[in-house]
Amino acid sequence: MQAFDYKFQKFEPLKSFKKAPELEVYVPGHRTCAGCGPALNYRLVAKAAGKETIFIGPTGCMYVANSSYLCTPYACSWIHAQITNGGAVASGIEAAFKVLARKGKHTGAFPNVIVMAGDGGTVDIGLQAMSAMMYRNHKVLFLCYDNESYANTGIQTSPTTPYGAATTFTPPGKEIPEGKVLFPKDPPQLVIGGHPAVKYVATTTVAHPLDLMNKVRKALTYEGPTFLHMLAPCPKGWLFDEKLTREMARLAVETGMWSMYEWEDGVYKYTNVPKKYKPVSEYMKHQGRFAHLKPEHIAKMQAFIDERVKAVKERVAIPIPTPKQTA
Amino acid sequence: MAKELPGYGTINVPKDREVPFGAVTPAPVCTQDLFQTSNWRMKRPVKEDEKCTRCLVCYMSCPDACWEYKEAEDEMYWIANFCKGCQICIQECPTGALTAAPELDFPDGVVRLEKPF
Repeated sequence: MQAFDYKFQKFEPLKSFKKAPELEVYVPGHRTCAGCGPALNYRLVAKAAGKETIFIGPTGCMYVANSSYLCTPYACSWIHAQITNGGAVASGIEAAFKVLARKGKHTGAFPNVIVMAGDGGTVDIGLQAMSAMMYRNHKVLFLCYDNESYANTGIQTSPTTPYGAATTFTPPGKEIPEGKVLFPKDPPQLVIGGHPAVKYVATTTVAHPLDLMNKVRKALTYEGPTFLHMLAPCPKGWLFDEKLTREMARLAVETGMWSMYEWEDGVYKYTNVPKKYKPVSEYMKHQGRFAHLKPEHIAKMQAFIDERVKAVKERVAIPIPTPKQTA
Repeated sequence: MAKELPGYGTINVPKDREVPFGAVTPAPVCTQDLFQTSNWRMKRPVKEDEKCTRCLVCYMSCPDACWEYKEAEDEMYWIANFCKGCQICIQECPTGALTAAPELDFPDGVVRLEKPF
């Protein structure tokens, strides 16, 4: 039996900013804070994916701040899902479009189905729906914009909040001087480790727009579930100057707090690995959420990051076969 | 239509802003004009065109899509209605062509909008 042609969209990688699609799908006129990292992330993702896209917005900043007072900035299809069921709603939409295409009732190009979930909707409350969607092998891009807290309800701690951060639920005090004592989850490794249907996982930040857009476009060409994890600094939650949004994401990569890689069917490919990592205090000193930390806490964080960076170095050290040059 | 609220006086909901529960609202085309954020900003970016190299970094770093490159005129345009004044573009500009200027220095600075949001 021949496989049915669903007319999946094709995407070429972008070479430069000038080649990026001019069409704004996430248009200006929304209620996010000035200097919002997730909003910048959303804009770039929507720009890369184009108009033939259905966004699923589980509850989070990008739902609450954008779709209120009868005006939304989405120039494409968008649906709100509860914070628990972003993956489930996306599965239903994708399955329905496949049936409609097979019955000949939907003849156009197959829309991109993208779940824009926050870190809570991905690895905390929404974990089961995301995991089930990946297990059932739907053609859905699950995208986690990680601002490392539940920001729209007032900066509560989430599983990706780093050690030592002060949030509403983890205030530093006499008993617990470091604020948050737990170390964060690693969402991409969670997806890679337990979901055999997923063939493409990548991480990126808002400070690398071209890389971000290319990873989105690459993920959308896969016929199965894909996962992207993006760092989107939050000026309000992390308490830094709003103009440093991109600078924070860049520093996270330079200090090893964030590593940028893509994982394709078992092969890791790291990019932007610095020759020498900066100390994590460089990253922490700009942020008010780490202002209360004492040197011993920063040392503990540094030890945790050193351990994580070691894994990066081991994976990078595997030599890539290159064709020999003949003189 | 004015509604009586106990202890709060009255609020006026304009007729064109009233919708039933579960209403469908039109999707925006280029900009969401119902939600202008120009009165949020305290500083605005001012461009020095001689220094600008059209590298489009400001265009790619604006969360509100307030920089636009017009290919025909080969110039960067700033969209004043939506700039929230976060100054990311000023911070990121590689040639220093953008500077922050206080909003009150401009005759059209800090315009109160007709609609509350």
